[in-house]
Amino acid sequence: MELTLWTYEGPPHVGAIRIAASMRDVHLMLHSPQGDTYADLLFTMIERDGQRPPVTYTTFQARDLGASTAEMVLQSLRESAERFKPQVMLVADSCTAELIQDQPGALALGADLPVPVIPLEMAAYTRKENWGASETFYQLVRGLLSRQAPAPGTERPQRGADVRPSVNILGPTKLGFRCRDDVVEIERLLASMGVDVNVVAPLGASPWDLQSIPAADANVNLCPEVSDLTCSWLARTFGMPTIQTIPMGWGATRDFIAEVAEVLNLDIDVDAVGESRLPWYSRSIDSTYLTGKRVFVFADGSHAIAAARVARDEMGFEVVGLGTYSRERARDVRAAAKEYGLEALITDNYLEVEARVQELQPEMVLGTQMERHIAKRLGIPCAVISTPAHVQDYPARYSPQMGFEGANVLFDTWVHPLIMGLEEHLLHMFRDDFEFNDSVGPSHLGSEGEGARSLNESGEQICEGNIVWAFEAEKELKKIPFFVRGKARRNTERFAEEQGISTIQVDTLYDAKAHYSN
Amino acid sequence: MSGVIASSAVEHHPGPQSQERGQRAVFCGLTSIIWLHRRIQDAFFLVVGSRTCAHLIQSAAGVMIFAEPRFATAILGERDLAGMADCHEELDRVVGELISRRSGINRLFLVGSCPSEVIKLDLETAAAKLQAKHENRVRISAFSGSGIETTFTQGEDQCLKSTVAELPALASGTSNLVVLGTVSDIVEDQFRRLFDDLGIPNVHFYPGRKASDLPAVGRGTRLIAAQPFVGETARALIERGAEMINAPFPLGAEGSKAWFEAIAEAHGIDSARVQQVLELPYQRAKRAVASHALKLEGKRIHFLPDSQLEIPMARFLSEECGLSINEIGTPFHDQLMMHGELSRLPHDVRIVEGQDLDPALSRVREARPDLTVCGMGIANALESEGLRTKWSIELVFSPVQGFDQAGDLAGLFAKPLVRESILEVGSWS
Ligand code: SF4
Ligand code: SF4
Repeated sequence: MELTLWTYEGPPHVGAIRIAASMRDVHLMLHSPQGDTYADLLFTMIERDGQRPPVTYTTFQARDLGASTAEMVLQSLRESAERFKPQVMLVADSCTAELIQDQPGALALGADLPVPVIPLEMAAYTRKENWGASETFYQLVRGLLSRQAPAPGTERPQRGADVRPSVNILGPTKLGFRCRDDVVEIERLLASMGVDVNVVAPLGASPWDLQSIPAADANVNLCPEVSDLTCSWLARTFGMPTIQTIPMGWGATRDFIAEVAEVLNLDIDVDAVGESRLPWYSRSIDSTYLTGKRVFVFADGSHAIAAARVARDEMGFEVVGLGTYSRERARDVRAAAKEYGLEALITDNYLEVEARVQELQPEMVLGTQMERHIAKRLGIPCAVISTPAHVQDYPARYSPQMGFEGANVLFDTWVHPLIMGLEEHLLHMFRDDFEFNDSVGPSHLGSEGEGARSLNESGEQICEGNIVWAFEAEKELKKIPFFVRGKARRNTERFAEEQGISTIQVDTLYDAKAHYSN
Repeated sequence: MSGVIASSAVEHHPGPQSQERGQRAVFCGLTSIIWLHRRIQDAFFLVVGSRTCAHLIQSAAGVMIFAEPRFATAILGERDLAGMADCHEELDRVVGELISRRSGINRLFLVGSCPSEVIKLDLETAAAKLQAKHENRVRISAFSGSGIETTFTQGEDQCLKSTVAELPALASGTSNLVVLGTVSDIVEDQFRRLFDDLGIPNVHFYPGRKASDLPAVGRGTRLIAAQPFVGETARALIERGAEMINAPFPLGAEGSKAWFEAIAEAHGIDSARVQQVLELPYQRAKRAVASHALKLEGKRIHFLPDSQLEIPMARFLSEECGLSINEIGTPFHDQLMMHGELSRLPHDVRIVEGQDLDPALSRVREARPDLTVCGMGIANALESEGLRTKWSIELVFSPVQGFDQAGDLAGLFAKPLVRESILEVGSWS
């Protein structure tokens, strides 16, 4: 039993839903109780998807246990096959269903459905979301491709001289960090190298598309959390080489170009492929103040490792802490941390991360939304670089993290909170000015300057021009949420003035509220 | 129902005309923890469950309000399930850890989940044992918020019901009033002022702001519900002698007025005084509602099942804002709680109990109502099809009860329609 306040990852079946939701013509039948349907909102609210993820939940209840839960599985399968007509049906248990052992996968295979079935084992009590995504993607690819596999030991045919080189981009998903834009950026980058993209998966692919994965020359392992397992299976089974460099940052993007060229046997001048503004922005005189800023990096494995490199080599920061919540990536992150002379922090316990940040007192945190909260509490500037992320990290604008444009975006988004940090500093300096009193929030939250006002010592009445607030009314006002309190105060005073009321009572407050409500 | 103070006979809406069974899209009772932990400020909620349960609460809460919130999940691992670790000993350890960290906690609720129910982990016994260990430090009890037994708002009912046995007995010959179901602090304060003005003493809000604010209950207790989802607790209180006052819920100007009038009548308060006290807030509420009603009048609304507030909201919107009701879905129907509402609902409104998600969505698509009230997971999916929505979870999270919130309540429904009329982009209409 493990005490958890906030969790970095959801359960493994949420990873399975991410794969299904990323693809076309795939449906997932999840054997689960009704509360598990909350997963829909991750997609419709956080990622702002315009449709529910393609999942049918059986939503069994206590009264169904021991009697009809298996029947519910069959009914859900038949109905969803009929209604959604997917090319492939995935079948999985959530944590509760795993305990009642209906074996929905076996039921589905025996149910004579008009659609191929791929059963998943989600290991809800030992694994987590990214593992679930990786496992689902792997089972799907293996399930669809193993019949095409050449006999072991077969040489992979050489690409013909007149055939354009091509790769698959594997790993990007819904609810991944900036996957939508990273795919576009990497496709552009590859296009400028004369390399075609054969399949992007899971994001936007159908099961039909997956069938043609072996037609490419190599696989780009863009999100190892999701695609590592699949890439190594494709390497073993089809002899397809894997491109491992994650093109995040200026240097890594150039390394990626070099690796693609090498794997595909292309003669390419890295300098001719593209350029980023990051190197010049980082060298320009204005950036001097970035020098040696102490940063703490905590993220999923790939983003943590890539961000540390950018932080030190391209921004001139000092990396004072590096870690990940992903135990599957612990080895890689430990190895990376050594290069910075650090001991990696491997934990999914939010409180441990908080304690480490507190101890290290960095000048900036690069992390997930969890670290954003830690940083906010400790008053440290922070930029979000990885999932788990909240709705504002799924922006409307084009905002990749990878490739040359991604490097520009990294520069801007990491420098921005530091300027905010400077502002924070000014707030401290001017703390005693009337405009900057105690409860002043960050300037971008449009503070009402509420802090300057309070009940006076005797607790009697507060004067505001000619209008007086009765003690009870002032107290009532305090119960209104701070972000609308200023407006409520102004409206009430305006109302009182118009009505010729000199002392604001509780009723005046509500009369004003009614008056202005629309 | 013998414990219910009967109202004058009115012709009733018959209640749900049909039942649906199939895929549900309602959160489980664990969700109630989000508002319960804010209401009861010295209570801690420890869910004994899986990573799914932890993820549900944090996702449904939407924002992470507190760095160290007053809820957490003890996540069962393989060792617990395989019997390699004794769950009770593990719980002992986890609770010990928690209590030593959080000195401000006076009450601990162990909250059961689907996994703990399925493996038959007896949390009530565990709570009793832990209580003995931490006597004088913190009160510990258990309830279930599992998705196999409860939906969304029913978690609050289970939580309150689990504390009924602790309520002290009301001294005979005395009387009090219990207002049942979470209301926000500002609503409680408004209500208290009105109760004072009406001359109604000994009013207890249950749950209160402190876990130790427990009302006495007995023969002299009058009971009024402020929320529709606390039926089992109401029955447990009736069993202990409380008499339930039958009224609609205090939503909207009319609902609030009828609610206070029913309470005043049960207390034998002179009706002239009642009218005099209620007149000003009532008129104010009417004015506040009126400005929004203009935008709502004549529109068609559809409720998908979610919070249990569907019937009272539909009543308010049809009675005071001139909306017509396409369909009311409700997760389950409780005649005791809805008695005061059904008499005010148009007789031909279609009420469906239970849910079968896909056919229910098909009905929405076919009817194309002006507004659909639904859960958060569905709202954007309908919006993208050009249908306007209101998420029902907001109705539970924000203060909506009473005269001075009536305008806000109407505003919550008007907002999406106003937005539609303002925006010059996209494809609504
Ligand atoms: S439905 Fe059950 S398993 Fe799912 S979150 Fe709710 S209590 Fe946990
Ligand atoms: S502050 Fe940001 S990350 Fe945190 S809960 Fe709010 S929206 Fe999400």
